[in-house]
Amino acid sequence: MVDAAQDQVNFVPPAEVEEMELYHPKSWVTKYVFSQDAKVIAIQYSFTAIAIGLVALVLSWMMRLQLGFPETFSFIEAEDYYQFITMHGMIMVIYLLTALFLGGFGNYLIPLMLGARDMVFPYVNMLSYWVYLLAVLILVASFFVPGGPTGAGWTLYPPQAILSGTPGADGGIILMLVSLALFIVGFTMGGLNYVVTVLQARTRGMTLMRMPLTIWGIFTATVLALLAFPALLVGAVMMTLDSILGTSFFMPAIVQFGEQLEYGGGSPILFQHLFWFFGHPEVYIVALPAFGIVSDLISVHARRHIFGYRLMVWAIVIIGALSFIVWAHHMYVSGMNPWFGFFFATTTLIIAIPTAIKVYNWTLTLWRADIHLTLPMLFSLAFIVAFVNGGITGLFLGNVVVDVPLSDTMFVVAHFHMVMGVAPILVIFGAIYHWYPKMTGRMLNVPMGHFHFWITFLGSYAIFLPLHYLGFLGVPRRYYEMGDTSFIPDSAQDLNAFVTVIALVVGVAQLVFLFNIGWSMVKGKKSGPNPWRATTLEWQTPETPPGHGNFGEALPVVYRWAYAYGLPGAKEDFVPQNLPPDQVMAESGEGLGAPAAQPAE
Amino acid sequence: MNIFRQMLVKPWLTEQDAALELQGVRTFFLPTPMLGLRVFLIVVMVFFTLMISAFTERRLFSDWHSTPVPWLLWLNTGILVLSSIAMHWAWTNARSERIDGLRLWLSVGGILTLTFLLGQLLVWRELMALGHFASTDPANAFFYMFTAVHGVHLVGGLVAWSRTTAKIRRGSKADDVRLSVELCTIYWHFLLLIWLILFALLLLT
Repeated sequence: MVDAAQDQVNFVPPAEVEEMELYHPKSWVTKYVFSQDAKVIAIQYSFTAIAIGLVALVLSWMMRLQLGFPETFSFIEAEDYYQFITMHGMIMVIYLLTALFLGGFGNYLIPLMLGARDMVFPYVNMLSYWVYLLAVLILVASFFVPGGPTGAGWTLYPPQAILSGTPGADGGIILMLVSLALFIVGFTMGGLNYVVTVLQARTRGMTLMRMPLTIWGIFTATVLALLAFPALLVGAVMMTLDSILGTSFFMPAIVQFGEQLEYGGGSPILFQHLFWFFGHPEVYIVALPAFGIVSDLISVHARRHIFGYRLMVWAIVIIGALSFIVWAHHMYVSGMNPWFGFFFATTTLIIAIPTAIKVYNWTLTLWRADIHLTLPMLFSLAFIVAFVNGGITGLFLGNVVVDVPLSDTMFVVAHFHMVMGVAPILVIFGAIYHWYPKMTGRMLNVPMGHFHFWITFLGSYAIFLPLHYLGFLGVPRRYYEMGDTSFIPDSAQDLNAFVTVIALVVGVAQLVFLFNIGWSMVKGKKSGPNPWRATTLEWQTPETPPGHGNFGEALPVVYRWAYAYGLPGAKEDFVPQNLPPDQVMAESGEGLGAPAAQPAE
Repeated sequence: MNIFRQMLVKPWLTEQDAALELQGVRTFFLPTPMLGLRVFLIVVMVFFTLMISAFTERRLFSDWHSTPVPWLLWLNTGILVLSSIAMHWAWTNARSERIDGLRLWLSVGGILTLTFLLGQLLVWRELMALGHFASTDPANAFFYMFTAVHGVHLVGGLVAWSRTTAKIRRGSKADDVRLSVELCTIYWHFLLLIWLILFALLLLT
């Protein structure tokens, strides 16, 4: 019975996966600008996301300068500060992290890891990038309109967001909302590609459970994005109408500067529900690809199969599903019914369980593994540390009673920066060090990488750990200065100054990373096709970097899962997914797998 | 094997997987563009559902005044129904490879849709002439928003429709555009269903 199954595995009828019709570009413009190749689109997304991310990074330095040294930087007014926090937050969460994980890593890795030549809707994929770029440009334009960008906070809560007391109420908020709407349209186009490609375009033998966890993470995040972004779109459309046409979707009867406004009957809480129905899945849209990618980084660099692969897949899917029923934990202080809070606190604590399981499995993967302390591995280990820290503070905040005094303090800021900022960004760095050789054929410089790693990891900790303590003291968030407050000791201001200095140092260290990326493209050590000796399909392409069509003449056939490391009796400590079983070498030098059966005559 | 069963397989045991492998690797036995459309329709459905839930929640407040329903809205609804029927006939013609019937009914469907959109603009004008602006009261606000958002989705459909029409004009055979026409038809029926729901909500309040 087993042999028969084995024979069936070894005999592969020719071409049962139909070839997709690839678009073959002829001119430079259609090859590198208006390209339909997912790899080019991925690089376009990545560069745009990182560029706008650097803008947000500079904004964070401005915020830190104001908080750390309020007297010195008196040119930063309160209005400016609110604009910085709003644009920093919105850019980082949506235009950098979401775009980079889904648009950047998704586009590059999905076709390659699945054994496909490209995404299933390449033209729509191309359009999705240009719509994203337009959204970014419109967002940047808000810096240049009278009144500047909106200062409503990344959460854009009405009624303040569109009232004249908030910066950007004239033009900035409209540009923000239009930009978000365009982003959502673009990401729906991209998301359709990612989801349908994973479902329909896998190569022969690549069953769902043979996909690497990177794909599971990005796939589930994309499903979340498709279902959650409409809520933000509804909120954006309604707020735009409130602002432009004077409707009252969110606007209650309100007096502004002593004058009764025309609004009335609307509900600001409606916006909060719509926003957070989007907003909570959004943080998992950022986290799930990071979980998936880090699983693969750990596996490759510890030469070990991921512990509990099935549970890891189910944990990703369950986290994704549960993420839709926890949103009101962002609204505990909105005045809602306490039973409502009880329900959401319960679901929030439940979602911690699959998340914790993932952490245990990463740790168990590393237990007694052959750990190579390469840069991707260092960033992965740092991710585990940072994510556990941030995740645990999330458990505190998930409980209503504990959240009430901590809400809107720096404790919340510390929590979400740890889980959304430090942890996923460490994964992004690790992923870039890991896949850079595939994209360019060269290794990133290791000494520069170590410098970058240690300063970033230790520095990020030095920035955000003290903020937890400031939160306990009661230091509020979104305040542009602490002023004279009796319950905040003077030493808190010193702590703020310390954090600012560290933040600037960490910021400057990123320049080394950027330099490394450019320098290594020319001077980096040649990597060969598979420097990390990984099993997944993207490392088995005939050309490095992969050429148009990815896999040359014939698509690969997959015979095993993505984690065949340390197979007992095998000569190599890894077996690529597409290596036929009869070609797997035993230590003795003979074949390990059964010989290929011949098709019946 | 359904998708959840597939996710229970133990991938490190080759024998178990062998059976799956022979079944091929598509999760759904659908043409890929059809799956893409269905996923997109789910997204659109979530979008409209959220707006409708905001509408029903707002309606419960005591200050609700219904929007007047111009008779033109009934006519527009009829036109949209006819456009759906025309698209459906275009599809049946495509399936039977009758290029002339396909061309005719596809054009009729598109023209009727444009007429509907024009009709909606006329309804807006009529309401504004009567002093019912978006800012006047919440029912109006929802009406204008619903009709605008629905109209924008129809315009998107017309973009796909015009690409299909252009393909036919360039001499494609009925079989080449059959899937495109089918997808357009499904999309039209879906937007008709959404319109009927929105219209019913408008009438019932």
